[in-house]
Amino acid sequence: MEKTANPKVSTRGSARRQFIADTARVACGVGLLGLGLGLYSRHATALPPAAIRPPGALPETSFSAACIRCGMCVRDCPYDILHLAKPEEPMSTGTPYFVARQIPCEMCEDIPCVKACPTGALDHSLKDINKAKMGLAVLVDHETCLNFLGLRCDICYRVCPVIDKAITLEPQINERTGKHALFIPVVHSEHCTGCGKCEKACPTEIAAIKVFPLYMAKGQLSAHYRLGWVEKEKAGASLVAPDIEHQYNMPEGMKYENGKGLSTVPGTAVPPEPTFQGLPKALQGNKL
Amino acid sequence: MNAVAKKGALRPGAEAIAEKGWLAAHKWLILRRSSQIGILLLFLVGPWFGLWVVKGNLNYSYTLGVLPLADPYLLLQSLVTGQIPEKLALIGVGIVLAFYLLVGGRSYCSWVCPVNLVTDFANWLRARLGLKGGAHLSRTTRYWILGMTLVAAAATGTIAWEMLNPVSMLHRGLIFGLGAAWMVIIGVFLFDLFVMRQGWCGHLCPVGAFYSLIGKLSVTRIRLPAREACNDCMDCFAVCPEQQVIRPALKAINGAAPVIIDANCTNCGRCIDVCSKDVFQFGTRFSSSHLTVTGTAHAALK
Repeated sequence: MEKTANPKVSTRGSARRQFIADTARVACGVGLLGLGLGLYSRHATALPPAAIRPPGALPETSFSAACIRCGMCVRDCPYDILHLAKPEEPMSTGTPYFVARQIPCEMCEDIPCVKACPTGALDHSLKDINKAKMGLAVLVDHETCLNFLGLRCDICYRVCPVIDKAITLEPQINERTGKHALFIPVVHSEHCTGCGKCEKACPTEIAAIKVFPLYMAKGQLSAHYRLGWVEKEKAGASLVAPDIEHQYNMPEGMKYENGKGLSTVPGTAVPPEPTFQGLPKALQGNKL
Repeated sequence: MNAVAKKGALRPGAEAIAEKGWLAAHKWLILRRSSQIGILLLFLVGPWFGLWVVKGNLNYSYTLGVLPLADPYLLLQSLVTGQIPEKLALIGVGIVLAFYLLVGGRSYCSWVCPVNLVTDFANWLRARLGLKGGAHLSRTTRYWILGMTLVAAAATGTIAWEMLNPVSMLHRGLIFGLGAAWMVIIGVFLFDLFVMRQGWCGHLCPVGAFYSLIGKLSVTRIRLPAREACNDCMDCFAVCPEQQVIRPALKAINGAAPVIIDANCTNCGRCIDVCSKDVFQFGTRFSSSHLTVTGTAHAALK
């Protein structure tokens, strides 16, 4: 009552209240918008598996911070392989990518896309395109890969710009026929640039070999793992107790050699062949 | 009384057209549309005809292989995530900042930005259809949104605002392919048409808010050397996209000099067009002593 008695105070008081209410309204509205925007943009930092970034691209979270969506890399790509993501695509709007199965990277030696980038989103320290890590090829489907089926397709191996390094053919026995070889394409992450030529060229309806972003394709050993044989070579000797000669306790006159099996020691009497009374006939007489 | 009634039925600028002729009463509007469309065409002749004058978009562009231009607002967002741009982008930011310090920060909005074509159309249609009222929101909301975009960038470590920014979405979309961006643009159009007069550009857009901060110090301003000639027809007020900027300078509120100093004036020049008394003209923020004296004298007389 006292307040309303003084109109001046009341006006000032209600104006202040109004101001605080208005400010709170705007702050809350904008805050909610910001929350939505933040969550939305966090979702979009997970790159979809078919989208491959241009050479030299930073890891995805840094990339979406450094890339200013200008499209200069798209313009300077001589083969027009790059697109800018549209708002409806599940990645950061306006960022560049290519789809290997559509058009793979031609791996230009002068890397014009990286040169065109005005920010560090495409790392300018990448000078040798063979060092690029756009992604990693993975022979995903062993059931439809023609080489796994016993054919000499070899196309992924042939088209690879880093032939015999990024993809090699490893012979194996074809267990199905028992007399042929399988030439299994094996990707080596050390040399694969993720250009996507193999995925593009794979002749099956859906590619058996696919390029994935590195975070999807590459595993990592735990930091404490050591490869014994590597460490041994580095140290020049075994790191644990020295290898000891294995001793076999053999019957008299016999010896065992690794890889050769049992044999008799010359100059000693050959023991009588054992008979296995309890065994089926087919197995009787077999030597150990 | 009769004259007032008749005047009320006329569209803003009718008097100026009668006085100066149609062309003179649309001079700055025509120049401005030419600038907006011309800049867009410069970006488009590359992808359309293979004539590469400008590469890139409004976020960053490279003209004729010599002139880099970069959006300082965007690079600021990138910077708060901790990313440092390359040299060309920094030079581009410097050129853009210097340019808008000279021509007026929000000239970007009225002379360059493609969304302005959309919102101007919405607001023209709104006036023609006689749509009144709508939501009310403070014009300072844009600064809150500006702050929010920077906080979002720092918090998420990505340029979050670019997921939504209608300005870059439209410009990039026209050059590189729109996709679903047209829906965002239609959204902005409908918002301005039905929900709020000058809603996007005048209340919400953080890009404009950022450029207005440059405009706080910018040189080119609208001057009112003949403000005494004002006949209170309100035409300038009717066409102005930031109506609040006119009154202090026109009515010498608190002895204000006859120059629109408010950073949110977009230097669109439409007030110059529609004024039949030639009150407005382009000038600088630095008043000649003569103008200041008349200004203060006028204020003192009131």
